[in-house]
Amino acid sequence: MNIPPELKYTKNDEWLKVDGNIGIIGISDYAQEQLSDIVYVEIIVSPGEMLSQGDTCATVESVKAAADVYSPVSGTVTAINDEDLPDTPELVNSDPYGQAWMLKVELSDLAELDELMDAGSYQKFCDEREQ
Amino acid sequence: MYFPHTDSDREAMLAEIGLEKLEDLFKDVPAEHRFPKLDLPAALTEMEVLAELQDIAWSNDTTRELVCFLGAGAYDHYVPAVVDAILRRGEFYTAYTPYQPEISQGTLQAIFEYQSLIAGLTGMDVSNASHYDGATSVAEAVNMAFHNFRGKRSKVVLSPGLHPQYRATVRTYTRGSDVIIFGDDPHLDLTAGPESLLPFIDQSTCLVMVQYPDFFGRIYDYTALAEAVHRAGALLGVSVNPLALALLKPPGEFGADIVTGEGQPLGIPLSFGGPYLGIFATRNQYVRRMAGRLAGETVDNRGQRGYVLTLTAREQHIRREKATSNICTNQGLMALAATVYMSLLGKHGMRQVAELNYHKAHYAAEKISAIAGFRLWSPEPFFNEFVIECPLPAADLNEHLLENNILGGYPLGTDYLGMEKFSLLAVTEMNSKDDIDFLAETLTEVANG
Repeated sequence: MNIPPELKYTKNDEWLKVDGNIGIIGISDYAQEQLSDIVYVEIIVSPGEMLSQGDTCATVESVKAAADVYSPVSGTVTAINDEDLPDTPELVNSDPYGQAWMLKVELSDLAELDELMDAGSYQKFCDEREQ
Repeated sequence: MYFPHTDSDREAMLAEIGLEKLEDLFKDVPAEHRFPKLDLPAALTEMEVLAELQDIAWSNDTTRELVCFLGAGAYDHYVPAVVDAILRRGEFYTAYTPYQPEISQGTLQAIFEYQSLIAGLTGMDVSNASHYDGATSVAEAVNMAFHNFRGKRSKVVLSPGLHPQYRATVRTYTRGSDVIIFGDDPHLDLTAGPESLLPFIDQSTCLVMVQYPDFFGRIYDYTALAEAVHRAGALLGVSVNPLALALLKPPGEFGADIVTGEGQPLGIPLSFGGPYLGIFATRNQYVRRMAGRLAGETVDNRGQRGYVLTLTAREQHIRREKATSNICTNQGLMALAATVYMSLLGKHGMRQVAELNYHKAHYAAEKISAIAGFRLWSPEPFFNEFVIECPLPAADLNEHLLENNILGGYPLGTDYLGMEKFSLLAVTEMNSKDDIDFLAETLTEVANG
């Protein structure tokens, strides 16, 4: 299981990459593996929209389940990945931390970052669920 | 006779949980709220029951004894014997979508054929495996459109020419939700065309729903309406009589985003109001917003053609509280009836039936409107149904007609203010020229007192 050390994670298996005051959001390798073959991704927010931490920002559908993606942070949406993901949702399986990024937000509350898990804690969190 | 549990089964189960009698299970329910004593008459023999039920059944007047000119959403059409013969085959004779679907290849194939036929007839990309009836299909269209915009557009515009019962069903479905309904105020001018809906359409509209032909039988070209609806960013829903589509331009060609309909005219008997068939079709881009089941064609690991339930992640059992509808079922047996009917008649046969309806209805309209005191209400083109203004209330007229074994038209005063003297008459291939002439003669007599 791939858990890049530089990212932050949530208990709902979203990841957040912080780049200055911009946060990039996607779902983790663990999440894509649990969902199995992803057949559909829909980003349900648009650039300019305000998000609060925990708001639904995308839905991911696999051959066996559908899951919502919740925003790990509050902020304003600056970009969504509507070029690659709608046509090639399998990118979530093959490259969850790269090409399958879902949206970017301009962070409005940096204190929220402290609530997220680092790679070590997330690894532990995943391991516990596997037992 | 089937006994689910014997007395000893019950005793064993009660002993296991440490109770003496069945009533002990209900002791937490206050006595006055428990099911009352059933005061049933003494048991009858099978022979006696049959005689009694037959007696009750004989007090019904049906379209077998009466000449029927009543439509208003359910029509007296001929159902070829083959339809029933296939429905009653043991392999098909279940009304339910199978829960282990992939082993029921025949059922899935029939659903797939049904979907293909409906998509072809409506001019849409995809049809679901059906809903309960025409009314619930419209309600699902409202649901779908509302959720398509994630609740950000809450206005639904319903044409007053949409079946009154369908509109009532939409109101039942949307009670307690954020959906607001416009467009069918009872004081509106009913003679106006679809342009009367334009003032209701704005940026907060999610759906505009019309009927084709409309409840009064009128056929409108909805092209301009579709353009206005799309300019506002909303969806256009069209509720159809599927048989009329054998003659008319399919809604997919004039911009419909959702097509619903009552499938009863396609080989399904009147049966005192049901079971009927809810048609639901849409464009590809909305397929994930559509409720209901969807059968798809695929190949197995040996490359052989096979059928599956597809896109199931949209459905309620997977999406749970995030699902846009709680409907996972379909009218499997009725969808099969429609499939058999359409396949049997084929493209040309369907058109022939539709033409018979059209010509007979136009003959009747001409004949009736020539009688002093009777007038055709609308100058718009129609299919097999039209409105006649009568010299007396339509309900009273129907009583006179019934004395002559004629089931008269639908009295529009039931649903529309000030339309007591208007009757909605339907004419199908079941009505012979003699039937129509007899209706005209009887109307002449009634009008002359």
